[in-house]
Amino acid sequence: MAFIPHTADDVARMLELIGVQSIDDLFDEIPAELNAGALGVPPSLSEMEVGRLLSERAAGDGRPLNFIGAGAYEHHIPAPVWAITTRGEFYSAYTPYQAEASQGTLQLIYEYQSMMCALTSMEVSNASLYDGASALAEACLMAVRANRAVSSRRILLPRAVNPTYAQVARAIAGNQDIVFETVDFDRAAGRTLLESVQPFSGQEVTALVIQQPNFFGSLEEVDELTDWAHQNKILVIAVVNPTSLALLKPPGQWGSATGGHQGADIVCGEGQPLGVPLASGGPYFGFMATRMQYVRQMPGRIVGRTVDVEGRPGFSLTLQAREQHIRRSKATSNICTNQGLLVTAATIYMSLLGAAGLERVAAASLQRTADLVAALSRIAGVRPAFTAARFHEAVLLLDRPVAPVLAALARRGIVGGLDLAERYPELGHALLVCASETKLDVDIEAYAGALADILQASRAAA
Amino acid sequence: MSNIPGDLRYTKSHEWVRSLHGEAPDGTVEVGISEHAQSALGDLVFVEVPDAGRVLKAGEACAVVESVKAASDVYSPVSGKVTAGNAALATQPELLNQDPYGTGWLFRVQTSSPIEDASLLSAADYAKYLADAAH
Repeated sequence: MAFIPHTADDVARMLELIGVQSIDDLFDEIPAELNAGALGVPPSLSEMEVGRLLSERAAGDGRPLNFIGAGAYEHHIPAPVWAITTRGEFYSAYTPYQAEASQGTLQLIYEYQSMMCALTSMEVSNASLYDGASALAEACLMAVRANRAVSSRRILLPRAVNPTYAQVARAIAGNQDIVFETVDFDRAAGRTLLESVQPFSGQEVTALVIQQPNFFGSLEEVDELTDWAHQNKILVIAVVNPTSLALLKPPGQWGSATGGHQGADIVCGEGQPLGVPLASGGPYFGFMATRMQYVRQMPGRIVGRTVDVEGRPGFSLTLQAREQHIRRSKATSNICTNQGLLVTAATIYMSLLGAAGLERVAAASLQRTADLVAALSRIAGVRPAFTAARFHEAVLLLDRPVAPVLAALARRGIVGGLDLAERYPELGHALLVCASETKLDVDIEAYAGALADILQASRAAA
Repeated sequence: MSNIPGDLRYTKSHEWVRSLHGEAPDGTVEVGISEHAQSALGDLVFVEVPDAGRVLKAGEACAVVESVKAASDVYSPVSGKVTAGNAALATQPELLNQDPYGTGWLFRVQTSSPIEDASLLSAADYAKYLADAAH
């Protein structure tokens, strides 16, 4: 089925009218040497062939028992979430043009922003960004604009921050004269120590990134770090897991007022845990919230609530002078759309669960991970790597390389976690595991039994 | 014809400059945007002014004036150090619409070079510039 409405006759008539021979002639002004030539893409397949190919590939994935988190988390998604999200009234992934004609969409985004503010304890949220990693990059760029107390463009980026986020932030912001200073983590605790940032006291630093829980699942000492940053005129960028905020202190309340004000200055993160399926890595959505003081430096769209000339409530895009259709090259960001469909799902997910439901999800995830760590740590050759309190992820140390163990688990239908050897070689044979409310006792027993067998067999073979 | 006071000097980007006291260099000037500029922007909803202590070069973007659906940079007509930004504009941006040459001033600069060196327009030249631009 062709989605291009022009027939060959239509095209011929249009070309004739404008006086060119072929569509290619329209691209004549592009130098010939820039033509990439054939792209080496195979010929197109029919809908039936594509359907069959993708079904086969999907079947190849199987339905493994998954214990990987590392930035994307498997949670139960109540059936109504996507049943409602895919209704025709909502099923558009794009920012509405002629926005004020789409009052329903605007109201949904407004409700989403309100929920994110409540969850993070911040004053204003945008309508979403692409994903958690690019949200951190945007937060770094925003911090440079917002922190007028310092003229340097240095950002403290702990190694305990998700390394993929760090990579994306460096790729995006690093090319805009922003310097990232690495801050190490404590090998025993698995968290960032105040002593590691204190050498930067009194220096010109733009922002400190604090991920809570950090990439290892450990809880950072956010109050101490936030106060230190504010005492040194450094903005705090919080990277948070939205599920965890049902239990943990929200970033808007981090620290005391001793540093001048309480709370993180910019909050960002990955919204996927709120009703978005893992789906092989995307699409997900990023979120961002800030203090009202910095709203004009925030990227992304913002929906506001207002009244019309007759005093009736309505919704509109607001603070648009930050955006590129008005500010051009000086816009706060080149982001112009938002992940509307995913935001719709997240809003419905949060509405259905409510604060109490989200707290139950968080508490169950915390308990399941504690159960998993306890069960796996009873196996000879397995122990927890860190002593810090954790949320729903943990690093385990094995007595042998992780990769072959994960491969053996995969053959038994278990995705056993993320091998940290490549990103954190100094940790040795480290494995990052996660269990959410989706894992039952029988699942944890299955993992523990398989891991014990595999390690024992490996030991016997050696 | 918009109001163009004769005792001020102007830029082609629609800023005005008023000598406050002292002789340049080291004299202090006040900077704002012209009646014509505020009228073209419409009702302003937000004005961002430079902080005191900031060092500016002539031609540097240093303030932002924002209406509901437009935003423009304001460029410093002179080089020097900012001695004050108009704090009243943070809560009353409409002052700039109501009184662009008075309470709607944007910032004050202690100049580091004689403002005569700057390529500023006289009121008559600015009026001519606006008239030419209108055609």
